Amino acid sequence: MNILAQLPVIPIILPLVTAPLAMLMPSEKMGGRAPFVFATFVVWAVFAACAGLLHSVATTGPISYHLGDWAPPIGIEYRIDLANALVLTLVSGIAALVFPFSYESIRSEIDRRQISYFYAALLICMTGLLGVTITGDAFNVFVFLEISSLSTYALVAMGADKDRRALTASFNYLVMGTIGATFFVIGLGLLYQATGTLNMADLKIQLAGDKNRMVEAGFAFIVVGMGLKAAMFPMHLWMPNAYAYAPSAVSAFIAATSTKVAVYVIIRFIYTVIGADFSFAPAAFAWLIAPLAIAGMFFASGVAIFQDDVKRMLAYSSVGQIGYMLFGVSFGTEPGLAASLVHLFNHGLMKGALFMAAACVMLRVGSHNCSAYAGLARRMPFTAGAFIVSGLSLIGVPLTVGFISKWQLLAAAFDSGRAWAGFLIVASSFLAVIYVGRVIELMVLKPAPADAPEIKEAPLSMLVPMLILVAANVYFGLHTELTVDLSERAAHALMGAGR
Amino acid sequence: MSIEHLILRVVIKVMFAPILLFALYVQFHGDYGPGGGFQAGVIFAVAFILHALIMGLDETKRVLPIGALKALMVVGFLFYAGTGAATMLLGANLLGYDAIDPQSTHHAGQHYGILLVEFGVGMAVASTMVMIFYHFAGREPEIRDEDW
Repeated sequence: MNILAQLPVIPIILPLVTAPLAMLMPSEKMGGRAPFVFATFVVWAVFAACAGLLHSVATTGPISYHLGDWAPPIGIEYRIDLANALVLTLVSGIAALVFPFSYESIRSEIDRRQISYFYAALLICMTGLLGVTITGDAFNVFVFLEISSLSTYALVAMGADKDRRALTASFNYLVMGTIGATFFVIGLGLLYQATGTLNMADLKIQLAGDKNRMVEAGFAFIVVGMGLKAAMFPMHLWMPNAYAYAPSAVSAFIAATSTKVAVYVIIRFIYTVIGADFSFAPAAFAWLIAPLAIAGMFFASGVAIFQDDVKRMLAYSSVGQIGYMLFGVSFGTEPGLAASLVHLFNHGLMKGALFMAAACVMLRVGSHNCSAYAGLARRMPFTAGAFIVSGLSLIGVPLTVGFISKWQLLAAAFDSGRAWAGFLIVASSFLAVIYVGRVIELMVLKPAPADAPEIKEAPLSMLVPMLILVAANVYFGLHTELTVDLSERAAHALMGAGR
Repeated sequence: MSIEHLILRVVIKVMFAPILLFALYVQFHGDYGPGGGFQAGVIFAVAFILHALIMGLDETKRVLPIGALKALMVVGFLFYAGTGAATMLLGANLLGYDAIDPQSTHHAGQHYGILLVEFGVGMAVASTMVMIFYHFAGREPEIRDEDW
């Protein structure tokens, strides 16, 4: 076997084959360490493969892998270019940190008998997300989307051991997610009807110059379906509860990856399948995506201010941040697209770190309510520090990745002659100052309640991955070569494919 | 001594083997016509579900304990995914079944490959169906107060 030639498929097949093995490992003997260690090594191997793919794509150009040696457009093709290599690296990188992070947190939050199932489901969830990203076949996107969604429903429901509301949150997510997936597959059906092909590159060729209602309807179904999965305002209602009641490590993983993957799919379909020059694309940008993105930026951030639960607050903030990404897409320009890809990557880093900090608080204080954060800066200094740095990153303070995202987005807004858009971006950032500042104030200025028991800092196995992610927030805020350059090249390639 | 539901018990005992045989027929017929692993797996599971309905869950669990079902689910899935992965070890791409029998002039490898995959699907589906039934049938009748 030639490892290098098979590299594109390793991120998919390796976790898929090893997940059932993790399920067979004992949950209760040795405290469930066997499935945990096994899954963690698998994820690290997957991350290495994804990083290798990113390197190879950045130096030598897109890779195409033919499943079963059937040539596209008939066979299924895995097609990796810069845009999806970046998302693959984000998803597998977050997973490589969340897996080692999860052990202590999970042991205290789910039924101990479910630990092996938990790691199997988390591996399958990651497989699905990577599969959605890597594939060049439109129907394959749907299949992998279902793989990741079904395992996410199970993972969210595992939070029921701590809080029974996880069950209704998961069921709600299941209903909404299924509607989203159905809309998506209806859209695919319409495009297939119009063209007779499912390969993305071939769809693009077949659709060229095709202006009919069926394609427009297909496009609408796909955007709505994926919008639901991406928690695009106003289709975000499943998300706050799912994130709040899921086990903390699961929240950290899905908040940092799954909505980003859905946004990536929207970008992929708009730019490489339909094409931004399609007759109705500008109308969709101006009348659908931009208004909803702005509404999300303001409304969801506004709601976040009034949340008592920190995880719910972070979830609403995610809806607002998705708004920024879609806003960048809606400019329809290359810098706009690049800014939205940068923000997609950066937001994964900050939300991952914030949810990890929330997981540490959950482990030690036992709650994700705002009141649990009072006086935390003295009680758990590292966790509070991580929360503060990644919170500042969320606001967009210089020296952090958040600043780079906002800067790129502002530059793109002015570049496309939308000065008002720049104003809106800055104005909505002030809302982030309020909701993040509220928690920081609680942690730093408020004393802990007098009757609060002594607590230890989170264990090293959780601190180290969290601090690595926080360091990444700062590192990519100072060294923008990797993210910004790659995103610009990726946006160029995506737009180029659209012409 | 009277046995409850005597007729049903006799009928299920008579039907049990033919149902399994029919499942195997659907399984292997899947290569040439309608049928295949998924349908066969469901039919296979039906035999055990009928057995559990008539003889009681505990009797069926003696034949097919939950641990064995779990192992069967995993082994079935590994046949399913592993066949594709094995072709990678043989030097082809994932799912490149021709590598199983490279000398063949009429793609016999494709045939063997799909046979193994369908076998895995059948095994995984049958055991999952029985597992789902076990969990529905065997769940606690009432939710305890402390579970709320």
